[in-house]
Amino acid sequence: MQYTTLPYQQHCFINADGTAEAPLPKHLDAALLLKSYRTMVMIRTFDQRVVALQRTGQMGTYASCLGQEAIGTGIGLALGKNDLFLPYYRDQATQYLRDVPFHQQLQYWGGDEWGNHYSGTAVQDFPNSVPIATQVTHAAGVASAMKIRGEKRCALVTCGEGATSRGDFYEAMNLAGVWQLPMVMVVNNNQWAISVPRCIQTGAETFAQKAVAAGIEGFQVDGNDVSAVFDAVRYAVDKAHCSKGPTLIEAVSYRLGDHTTADDATRYRSHDEVNAAWQREPIKRLQTYLHTHQLWDEQQEQALLESCKQDVEKAVTEYLALPEQPVSDLFDYVFEELPAHLVKQKASAINKLAQAGGE
Amino acid sequence: MGMHENKISTVNKNHNPANATTPHVVTMIDAINMALHRAMESDPNVVVLGEDVATNGGVFRATVGLKERFGHKRVMDTPLAETLIAGISVGMAAQQLRPVAEIQFMGFIYATMEHIVSHAARLRNRTRGRLSCPMVLRAPYGGGIHAPEHHSESTEALFAHIPGIRVVIPSSPTRAYGLLLSAIEDPDPVIFLEPKRIYRMVKQEIYDDGIGLPLDTCYTLRQGEHITLISWGAMVHETLQAADLLQEQGISAEVIDVATISPLDIDTLVASVQKTRRCVIIQEAAKHCGVAAEICTSIQEQAFAELKAPIARVTGFDTPMPYLRRENIYMNSPQDIVTAALTTLEAL
Repeated sequence: MQYTTLPYQQHCFINADGTAEAPLPKHLDAALLLKSYRTMVMIRTFDQRVVALQRTGQMGTYASCLGQEAIGTGIGLALGKNDLFLPYYRDQATQYLRDVPFHQQLQYWGGDEWGNHYSGTAVQDFPNSVPIATQVTHAAGVASAMKIRGEKRCALVTCGEGATSRGDFYEAMNLAGVWQLPMVMVVNNNQWAISVPRCIQTGAETFAQKAVAAGIEGFQVDGNDVSAVFDAVRYAVDKAHCSKGPTLIEAVSYRLGDHTTADDATRYRSHDEVNAAWQREPIKRLQTYLHTHQLWDEQQEQALLESCKQDVEKAVTEYLALPEQPVSDLFDYVFEELPAHLVKQKASAINKLAQAGGE
Repeated sequence: MGMHENKISTVNKNHNPANATTPHVVTMIDAINMALHRAMESDPNVVVLGEDVATNGGVFRATVGLKERFGHKRVMDTPLAETLIAGISVGMAAQQLRPVAEIQFMGFIYATMEHIVSHAARLRNRTRGRLSCPMVLRAPYGGGIHAPEHHSESTEALFAHIPGIRVVIPSSPTRAYGLLLSAIEDPDPVIFLEPKRIYRMVKQEIYDDGIGLPLDTCYTLRQGEHITLISWGAMVHETLQAADLLQEQGISAEVIDVATISPLDIDTLVASVQKTRRCVIIQEAAKHCGVAAEICTSIQEQAFAELKAPIARVTGFDTPMPYLRRENIYMNSPQDIVTAALTTLEAL
C-alpha cells in the first residue's frame, strides 16, 4: 500500500461491511486472514471470560480489549520474534501471539508479579505499562540500544490516544526523529480515555499527524481491519529493520467495553454511539469477508468457538490452581542481592505469616 | 559493615597496574571524569547521555573528553528533556546497556521521578528478575555556589524513600572515583548525587586503578570517643572542621560519612553511637522528613538504652532554598555543628 504523508485518510482493505474495494495484495493471503480470524475469536473468548472471572470475585481489576482485537492481532502477526514489544494494557492479543499464555496473563491481572515473567518470544518484552505513555520513552531507549549495537531489530510500542497528550509521548517521538530510531509507535485510538472523548484530547484532526512535528512518518489505518493493521505494522517494522527511521501509526478503533471492570461507561456515553461502533467491529467484518470468499463456513465457525472455549477454560483452570507465591518473593527481587535491612524485614514477614498460621 | 577511609575493596576486577602506580592529584570533578573514562574503557556496555555532555563535556566538565575517546554512539547529547533522559535510560538498561545519565542540576530531576519510582526502581521486582535496570542517574546538587534559583536544593530524601534504588553521595575525590565505579557496576539503579560545592574544593591523590569502593556502607573518617557526628555530601567538610574545633576543647568526635543514604548501613552508625553514646546528625537539606530523621529513628530503635542525650540534628530550614544572596543563612557552619555537639554533651 502507498501511504500518504498527510494522514487524513484511513487506510483500509476490508471495509466495515466485509467488502473490499480491490483484491487484497498477495502478502495478505488466506492463511494470514484465517490465522487473524482465529486469533481474534480466541482473544474475544478470553476477554469475555476474564470479565466474568472479575464479576465473580476471581480476578483483579481488568482492562478489556473488546473491539480492539484487530490491533493486537495485526501487531502480533507482523512483529518479528527478535523485535521487542512494549505494551500498554490492552495488548492481550499481541502478548498471546508472543508466547505469553492466557494463564500467565490471568496471573498478572489476578495480582501476581510472576505474570510478568515471560518466556519464549516475549522474554525481553516489557510488562504492561500502567503509568500512561511512559512505555514510549522506554521504547526509545530500547531502540537506542539496538541502534548503538547495530542490530537489525526494532522496538514496537503501543499506547492509547489519551497517552498522546503526555510529555513522554512527545519527548520519545521527538528523539526517535532526531536519532532515526528503529521504533514503531502504534496509537490505539479507541476514542475514549476513560470518560474523556477523543475531541477533548486534541485539537488536531488526527493523532497520526503529530508525527509531522517530530519529523517522522505517520499515518492512519482502520484499526478494525486486521489486514490493514498487519500491513501497516509490517511496513513500519521492515522500514525500521532497514534503518529507515521510525513510524507513527494511528489505528482507529473503538473501545466497546468499559475502561476497566471498575468503570461504568454508560455514565458518560450513549447507547447509540456504542451501537454504531458495533457495526464497525473487527471480527464480524472479517468473518463476512471470509464467507464471501469461500474461506470459511458455519461448521468451521462452530469448531473454532468450541476449541477457543476449551483453551480458555484450560487456562482458567490452570490460573485458579496457581499457588500463592512465597512471601520471600516480595523481598528477593527488589535488588539483585538482598540488602541487610531487607534480610531483617523478610525474616519478620515470614515469621508474621507463620504465626498467623500460613505457609 | 562500615569501611574506614583507607580500606579498599576489590569490587572492580579491572585492575590496571600501569595506572595504579601513577597517582593523580585531582579534584572531585576530575575524579568523576576519571571514573567515567575508566568505566567506559572497561565495559563496552557503558554509555553516557544527557544534556550538553558530549560535545560540550558537561556544564561542570564531568564528561569532558568522553565523546572524543569513545565516540558519539556511546556519548550522547540528548534533546532537552529530563523525563526522556530517565525513560530511555530505563529502556537501554533493560537491554543490558549500562547508561550513565546526567541531569544537569538536581533542581531539574523531578521530571525524571516517574521513571525512577515507577519503573527503574521496580523493573526487576515486577518481572520477578526477568528484566533489570542497571542505570546510574548522576546529578550535581546542593547549595553554596551562588547559583540561580532551582540550582541549590538538597532533596536526596525524595529518592531515599523509594525501595529498589540506591542513593549514593560522595564527599571526596577518592570516594567519588570509587563509589561511581561501583555504582556503574551495580546491577540495580543508582541515583548518584554529587555535592557540587566541593567539586573543586580539595584535591586528593588517586590511583586510576579501576577499583571501586563498596556501596551500602558508611565510611568512618575519624575515630572518636565522646560523640558521633554523622553526615554526607558537602557537609562532611563542615563536620570534619567541627571535629577539629571540638578536639581543641578536648572533645574527641567520631566522624562518619554515610555515603550510601539508601540502603542505609545502620549497623555502623549504631555501633558508633553505642560506643560514644551521643550523636549529632548534620544534613544540608531541610529538616522535615529528611534522611537525618530516618537515621535518628533507626539509632534510637536499636541503641536507646545507651544514649546519654537526645540525638541532635543540624539541618537547613523548612523553607524553600533562599536565592543566592541569603543562601549562607540556610547553610550550617562548623560552629553551628560545634554548638549542637556541646549542647548534646551538656545533657545528663
